[in-house]
Amino acid sequence: MRPFNLSGIGGFIAKQGILVAFALFILGFTIANERFLAPDNIMGVVRSSAILGVMALGVTFVVISGNLDLSVGSMMSFATIVVLDLHDKIGPALAIPSMYAMVLCLGAFIGFLVGYLKLNSLIVTLGMLSAIHGLTLTYSGGKNMDIADKEGTWFSMFGQSDALGIPIPILLFALVASVLGIVLAKTPFGRKVYAVGGNGTAATFSGIQRARVVFTCYLMSAFCVGTAGLIQASRSLGSQNTVGQGLELEVLAAVILGGASLLGGSGTIFKTVIGVLILGFIQNGLLLVGLQFYVQYVVTWIIIILAVWLDVAAKRGKLWSPIA
Amino acid sequence: MSSQTPALRLEGIVKTFPGVRALDNVSFDVMPGEVHALMGENGAGKSTLMKVLGGIYQPDEGRIVVNEQPVVMTSPLQAKSKGIMFIHQELSLAEELSVAENIYLGELPKKSFGRVDWQQLYSETNEILGRLKVGFDAKTKVGDLSIANQQMVEIARALTVEAKAVIFDEPTASLTDAEKVVLFDVIGDLKTHGVGIIYISHRMEEIFRITDRISVLRDGQYRGTLETPETDEEEVTQLMIGRKLDLSRNVSHHELGGVALEVRGLECGKLFHNVSFSVCRGEVVGFYGLVGAGRTEIAETLFGLRDPTAGQILLDGKETAIHSPADAIEKGISLVPEDRKGQGLVLGMNCRDNMTLPQVNDLKAGPFVAEGAEISIFDQYRDRLDIRTPGWKQLVGNLSGGNQQKIVIGKWLSMHPNILIVDEPTRGIDVGSKSEIHNLIRELASQGYAVIVISSEMPEVLHVSDRIIAMFNGEIIRTFTSDEVTEDNLIQAISGITPEKVA
Repeated sequence: MRPFNLSGIGGFIAKQGILVAFALFILGFTIANERFLAPDNIMGVVRSSAILGVMALGVTFVVISGNLDLSVGSMMSFATIVVLDLHDKIGPALAIPSMYAMVLCLGAFIGFLVGYLKLNSLIVTLGMLSAIHGLTLTYSGGKNMDIADKEGTWFSMFGQSDALGIPIPILLFALVASVLGIVLAKTPFGRKVYAVGGNGTAATFSGIQRARVVFTCYLMSAFCVGTAGLIQASRSLGSQNTVGQGLELEVLAAVILGGASLLGGSGTIFKTVIGVLILGFIQNGLLLVGLQFYVQYVVTWIIIILAVWLDVAAKRGKLWSPIA
Repeated sequence: MSSQTPALRLEGIVKTFPGVRALDNVSFDVMPGEVHALMGENGAGKSTLMKVLGGIYQPDEGRIVVNEQPVVMTSPLQAKSKGIMFIHQELSLAEELSVAENIYLGELPKKSFGRVDWQQLYSETNEILGRLKVGFDAKTKVGDLSIANQQMVEIARALTVEAKAVIFDEPTASLTDAEKVVLFDVIGDLKTHGVGIIYISHRMEEIFRITDRISVLRDGQYRGTLETPETDEEEVTQLMIGRKLDLSRNVSHHELGGVALEVRGLECGKLFHNVSFSVCRGEVVGFYGLVGAGRTEIAETLFGLRDPTAGQILLDGKETAIHSPADAIEKGISLVPEDRKGQGLVLGMNCRDNMTLPQVNDLKAGPFVAEGAEISIFDQYRDRLDIRTPGWKQLVGNLSGGNQQKIVIGKWLSMHPNILIVDEPTRGIDVGSKSEIHNLIRELASQGYAVIVISSEMPEVLHVSDRIIAMFNGEIIRTFTSDEVTEDNLIQAISGITPEKVA
């Protein structure tokens, strides 16, 4: 196979690949169903993306630092179940901080294993995916968790209320995204995350405490997962033990769609937000054009593989090359 | 020779990258049975030219002619089928496979049903290894070989086909002197078989020892071809950098200040032991020795990357323990590490962020990084060190080796250390930047820095040091002042030959 070069229009498409593909999808969906671009539909998509989005923000830190976090899905289930259970036992005002404390402990544990003991993050978080699932089932005894008084609790505000005409989940997503976006782009800590992910050895040789940076990234990821669990629990006020199952891959997909490298060292919060929205709109569009819900899984992954391929191709200037 | 047709000819090659004309109308040829050196500073376009030849890049203009047949190269494999072989500086071997499998990778001899014909494979490989006079056989696992022997395997690959031209890219970088002799014999052997050889190297003595002609590139342009017997180092250097180079012995000594660093009986496991020395402000102390003599490990211990098992470290006369790089930086020690790309820089980060990385915690405006302060630090050291980059936003990975090294040096100078350790400061750097870095080291000493220079290049140590510490096998053999030192006694010391006691 002869390597073909990317220049001119082809090169532009490859470099802006994700946005171009997104534009084509929007165009196609709009032609297929004019409701796609209706304001209430857009609002609906953003709102339903908020849970995934908040989780993706934390995972962005982990990925930029050069690691993976596959435990976020089952950790989100855990957070949801815990906060729902404690809601009736100790009241929402105490349930929420308790849930955050537990989730942060889990994050600290992962951060300790990956950061200080330098274990491979794929193995650690894959193990935690299953371990936390077991923890959740043990906690709940395998039963679904429901709030007794669904009408009379202010706890529902995080998932169901509006402020200034905007749903609270969207506001929470925007708030966390803004704060973390600034932390990543503007603070010394953010700079160190890029350095550790870009070249951990060079970061160490520059006096950066690599283990501490990685540890903090997992804490941030856990905090985001807690927030996502809060929104999820508040929205439904009842939940299965498996509510977050499979989300870890969608979260990772959104981060990669945004253009963060799995090798670490690159990506931004803004790009991740774009990745989350692209994923949300595509899944919504597929529903609107009448495709089965299950087809989404397949299409989502085709899009991601396409995105990763175009990203790599743009970097090496060729769609295919005999050397990496 | 002029009556012959060239084995390989490149005509008017032009290759541009966005914003850069990497190769500007370069022509080059190599005759059968000729060793033709290709020289130039880093970034002059040598590697780009070789990548065009190997089909990794397509030229925008110009053509490649093999035996008077124009060819279009699309991949290294295709280049090989045309008889053009590459021997790379960076090894590309499968460590888990045997020598034979590596040499014939992709074209193992086959029997029926696609089974590998091991007998034929091993006998053919052993025949080639015999020509190279190496001390291992076809069945040895490549991962068990030394780097130098792995290099020989790489070279053996080129002998498996009827090569018309062989390109050697810095082949001696990891070879010992004895192995170099074997390599030069192999090259001589290829010559007599009428193979054209392109030899890329920074090392003048080798160039003058084995080549017939020398072609020079500068800034992507062809600067001329010299007949090796009729030229000298000075002429080649001038062609490469456009000016003269000073590589004399260091004679100037600065006023020495107090002892900044003293080390007493330092030991770190089996890496080094009983190491004692001191460095004054205003002094450059050179550490010279073979690879593995323990020099880098001493530097790493002083920088808090290794824990010493015995001995004392005294800074300004006070005993201290250094627990981590952060700790070392705090105490005024900076290390410009040996491996620029692996340890010194985050290649995917921009110039400014790399330079201010060790002090990013201190450059703050409120909770945020003070970008203005960062830019002014970058500007200051860019001007001082003459770093050539379009701007601070440039990714460090896109700079040439010399400019990358200056970023690392700038990074540590901006920390205002008391003690600056530089490990192999000019490895893989072109001659022009080399002498700039040498001058800089001398200048830093004159400003009162205590400087330790670790180097494997004798001219470099001689050129910059006030005192030279010779190491062998983890021990300090002898300390020379720059008056006592001669090339002979230095070489003896680093080979472990104890100096004769002068009566």
